[in-house]
Amino acid sequence: MTATIDSPRSGKNSPQYRRTGASRGNFEMLAWLFMRLSGVVLVVLIFGHLFVNLLVGEGIHAIDFGFVAGKWADPFWQIWDLAMLWLAMLHGTNGVRTIINDYAEKDSTRLWLKIVLYAATTVIIVLGTLVIFTFNPCPVVDGVPLPGGFCPA
Amino acid sequence: MPTKPAGTLYRGREGMWSWVGHRITGVVIFFFLLVHVLDTSLVRVSPEAYTAVIGAYKNPLMALGETGLVAAIVFHAFNGLRIIAVDFWKKGAKYQRQMLWTVLALWVVVMVGFSIRHLSLALGGH
Repeated sequence: MTATIDSPRSGKNSPQYRRTGASRGNFEMLAWLFMRLSGVVLVVLIFGHLFVNLLVGEGIHAIDFGFVAGKWADPFWQIWDLAMLWLAMLHGTNGVRTIINDYAEKDSTRLWLKIVLYAATTVIIVLGTLVIFTFNPCPVVDGVPLPGGFCPA
Repeated sequence: MPTKPAGTLYRGREGMWSWVGHRITGVVIFFFLLVHVLDTSLVRVSPEAYTAVIGAYKNPLMALGETGLVAAIVFHAFNGLRIIAVDFWKKGAKYQRQMLWTVLALWVVVMVGFSIRHLSLALGGH
């Protein structure tokens, strides 16, 4: 006669070891996947950003209001910078969330750090998005239009 | 209350140190990004405000800081691609050490090129 012994950590015998059921769903897996997908795209977007802004022409000397205005007069760079803003902020926020989860041991500390993190992320993403889309590359200062080859005469 | 010292999962060598480097560079880049969005947002305040703040950045100390930031970004980017290879490539875990040394070699090459170009532009007379 043989006796069958259940696995001691099966969900039936030890509910605390249950690995399915009331969980957070796929969130952590999706976050893991997002880090890899956004990472690849960000390598392209940020390397392009650094190359165009720092290495071409006069490099950093060329950066002033006119430089930014010239880029954002073009929808190509608006979309480029918008994608970079959103992907980098979400990628960075998820990274910092992971670090908070790893090192903050108290529940309340983790909660507060994440509240501050998500508030900062929201402010920066909303602010950056509004700036890209409400920006006027051809402002008129004291009745005088700023020079810019991309502005209507 | 301090937690009791216990055994450690930290194993040292390439695997752990690349992970430490990835965390530190990631946090540095994230805090820079917050400031960078704020300073760029000044274009929406006025042309003078933006140009004044950017002008304040254009000094030798900031040129070195920018080089350090780009060094962090380039490491994080190349090591991130290595992590993706470890996760998705069948032989990724087996070759993770060789891939880290490849990452570091590419990082040196890119940073030598970037530093020469950026520092000669930023520190050179204009």
